[in-house]
Amino acid sequence: MSLSAIFVHPLGLLAQDAFPFWALLRSGNRGDLINGLIGSSAAAIVVIGVIVVVALLTRYRAWRPLWFDWLTSTDHKRIGIMYVVIALVMLARAIIEAILMRAQQADGLGGGFLSPDHFAQLFSTHGTIMIFFMVMPFLTGLINYAVPLQIGARDVAFPVLNSISLGLTAAGAGLVMISLVVGEFSTGGWFGYPPYTEALYTPGVGVDYWIWALSVTSIGTTLTGINFAVTIYKKRAPGMTLYRMPLFTWTALCTAILMIFAMPPLTVATLQLALDRYLGFHYFTNGLGGNQMNFANMFWLFGHPEVYILILPGFGIFSEVFSTFSGKALFGYKSMVWAAMSIAFLSFLVWLHHFFTMGQSGHINAAFGIASMFIGIPTGVKVYDWMATMFRGRVRFGVPMIYAIAFLFLFVIGGITGVMLANPILDYQVHNTVFLVAHFHNVAVPGVLFGMLAGYTYWFPKAFGFRLNERWGKISAYCWIFGWMGAFFPLYVLGLMGLPRRSVAYEQARYVPMEIVAFVGALVVGAGLASLVIQLWVSIRQREQNRVYVGDPWDGRSLEWATSAPPPEYNFPVIPIVNDRDAFTAAKEFGMGYQEPDEYVDIEMPKNSALGPVFGGTGFLLAFGLVWHIWWLVILAALVAIVALIVRGFQRETVQIIPAEQVRREHQRWVHAARAAQPITRGKEGTSANRGRAALETVGAPT
Amino acid sequence: MSNGILQHPFLDLEARQNKQIFQYPGINLGTEHEEAHTQAESMLFGFWVFLMSDAIIFGMVFATYATLVSGTAGGPGPRELYHLGPVFIETMLLLASSFTFGMASVALKYKHPTSALVGWLLVTLVLGLAFLGFELNDFSTMFAAGGVPTRSGYLSAFFDLVPLHGLHVTAACIWLVCMLGQIAVHGLDTKTKLGLLRLALFWHFLDIVWIFIFSVVYLAGLA
Ligand code: HEM
Ligand SMILES: [Cu+2]
Repeated sequence: MSLSAIFVHPLGLLAQDAFPFWALLRSGNRGDLINGLIGSSAAAIVVIGVIVVVALLTRYRAWRPLWFDWLTSTDHKRIGIMYVVIALVMLARAIIEAILMRAQQADGLGGGFLSPDHFAQLFSTHGTIMIFFMVMPFLTGLINYAVPLQIGARDVAFPVLNSISLGLTAAGAGLVMISLVVGEFSTGGWFGYPPYTEALYTPGVGVDYWIWALSVTSIGTTLTGINFAVTIYKKRAPGMTLYRMPLFTWTALCTAILMIFAMPPLTVATLQLALDRYLGFHYFTNGLGGNQMNFANMFWLFGHPEVYILILPGFGIFSEVFSTFSGKALFGYKSMVWAAMSIAFLSFLVWLHHFFTMGQSGHINAAFGIASMFIGIPTGVKVYDWMATMFRGRVRFGVPMIYAIAFLFLFVIGGITGVMLANPILDYQVHNTVFLVAHFHNVAVPGVLFGMLAGYTYWFPKAFGFRLNERWGKISAYCWIFGWMGAFFPLYVLGLMGLPRRSVAYEQARYVPMEIVAFVGALVVGAGLASLVIQLWVSIRQREQNRVYVGDPWDGRSLEWATSAPPPEYNFPVIPIVNDRDAFTAAKEFGMGYQEPDEYVDIEMPKNSALGPVFGGTGFLLAFGLVWHIWWLVILAALVAIVALIVRGFQRETVQIIPAEQVRREHQRWVHAARAAQPITRGKEGTSANRGRAALETVGAPT
Repeated sequence: MSNGILQHPFLDLEARQNKQIFQYPGINLGTEHEEAHTQAESMLFGFWVFLMSDAIIFGMVFATYATLVSGTAGGPGPRELYHLGPVFIETMLLLASSFTFGMASVALKYKHPTSALVGWLLVTLVLGLAFLGFELNDFSTMFAAGGVPTRSGYLSAFFDLVPLHGLHVTAACIWLVCMLGQIAVHGLDTKTKLGLLRLALFWHFLDIVWIFIFSVVYLAGLA
């Protein structure tokens, strides 16, 4: 690319055709019209969404608070909330796509209404979004929110880095969103295997969107992993030994370690694919010495640990939920910890089971098959521990607990089908059928998504100071659970009947009934999503009845419940000293939950920083420029990012002091509110009498 | 404890109180201040973790090279393209720069005059730049001999691994210049010192990676 070319085509490859609407107008036939309409409506939703948000921000004069209180904030709690917002928006999109796919397949006997290309974009975006832009931001958000509080820290180890990671994740999500409006997305599935994704076979910009969206976020995720690992390792409150950490913190630590080691292979694989596509290198090409298996190996060296990055925080959340909502300490704490650690370790040894059928020797398959089955052992340990935690506990069926119990049942089914798939003989039978799709959704939805939704409900009152509406929460939970069953149990049957995954259409009429059941299930899932939105809306409207300022609405056991809801910026007026595994429960047992310290001191907190939004913006523009070959934009964005980093290095006033007087005032207000509040018994925690002060009701030894 | 609450199963009240673990009100609140040295600790620990992650990147790229080294597709191979002479000089330059950075660290630790520190850093910078110059020259001779990355899988892999290291060295040089700037503007304050400590780790790390490149790529390629 010569210098003049850079300026001759200021918009690179970007032309009219890139907008779905034009493609729609130019085409005559009916099929193109339907696909064009769907594409254009999706684009319109994105555009209208952006316009509405901008208008609302302007109308309510929210730009300044948005910038100063949120985007440039280095407060881990706000960053966590922003992650969850991204996750929920992306969840909505991916679920709508899932329903569309199920609709297509229900209608898929000999055709259907979607073009194969459109269907391929749908499963590629659905899978990519669910994994990278829904679950990953969701769990990162929840960890960000809860872990520093759980370990009694003021913030994460590197607050500005945290904000940069958020910026990079947002840039990736923005890239996936804009691909709806400008151009197209990859058709190569969420794992984008070459040579299909090589320029020779798939020349459009879709694969490039996929590559850069993943590259940008995976760098952000690596940084997040480093940040969490150091935070948990170095920033624990005095007395909080490793074996006193809440289980969610433990799983967050395992996840962070997995992120540090598993994301780099993905980064390398996507960047090498980019070099192949952009500069004609030969890493994965068919000829000239390339080797596609390198991609498969690196991708799954990332991909398998990735599924444990996704699931371990879910396990952590469920552990907290089981223990809190049973009013008991977690059963088998140490075995839980060891199980999580062994799962994290084993996850690196089994990646090859994702390509049993690609022609390696039987011995290798056997070794990896056996290694894969070993993961079932620690997982089984966890399941028994959770059941034992409920045993003779005082179980309450709040919304998080409903998710948790559904998880327990469904996850066991998913686990069993996983062990079936880890057997190469069986895998040959159902390889690439929807049996596999049913299996991984059987793990991903109850284990991961339900975990995230349980965590969202569980910590929401802590984050915003009021509880979510219980009734809509339950409606939503039941829709998710039963809708999920409807959508995926038929897929096991269809898989055994031989329906290949990713099929836009099929020829066998006997598939139709099951496909229709699955479609109805997906509609119920959609209702679950809608109820979630309604729940939020209703809860915001009734927030005054449901305030829990005192901060402990569920009789929580770990330190995040030992501060007001929402907590002050500095989390704790003085850093707590921990003597027990369930630190807050222990304190409450001694009647020491709500007391004042001997003295208040000034607190040092990081100042706001624009580095996060700058990296988010430049990351997005850089990637967008790369997708469309707009080279001046690429260079400019890279320069701005580098200069911003250098300028930051020269800055010295990066902290602010919160005066002791202010800390005293805020803390005393909270202590007084706590003392004035009526301790609420477990039976009444779902009512508006719950002001966030739980009466202590620890369940005793069996009598 | 009223409200008919049952006892914690393992609660041994007296034992706990004897240990005087609940000295403070609330959840045993104590006073605490963020200190420079605890900050330094997590800062450097974090950087070590980052280096581990970076090492995985290099590991992947080394693995790519190892699997593709035979994929020359009829194009030029290691024997036609590598020249041990310049590579040996590059190795010496990088080793020397690690030594001079070590001297800079010593100057920092034992509070030698700032001029000594800056002097060692400048020597390090010059050595790093010289390394890069030699490396670029190597690449251009390879290009001239038909060793371009688009020629074969092997060459793609080579131009993945070696320039990736070179890119790291370039970044380290820019960082070094920035550190010199920070010394000029702020003197040796805590933040500058922490920056220098991390840069030192990075520099030595790159040296180690180069040793691997030297052995795995050049020595093995010519053996
Ligand atoms: C509960 C609602 C969900 C529904 C109804 C749903 C539906 C679907 C459908 C219809 C497909 C295409 C299947 C095929 O290839 O024939 C699919 C693929 C996929 N889904 Fe989901 N899904 C849901 C949730 C999730 C979640 C929570 C995740 C991840 C955490 C996820 C990850 C994936 C992945 C990775 C693929 C494969 C994409 C590919 O083939 O490259 N899904 N899903
Ligand atoms: Cu796997």
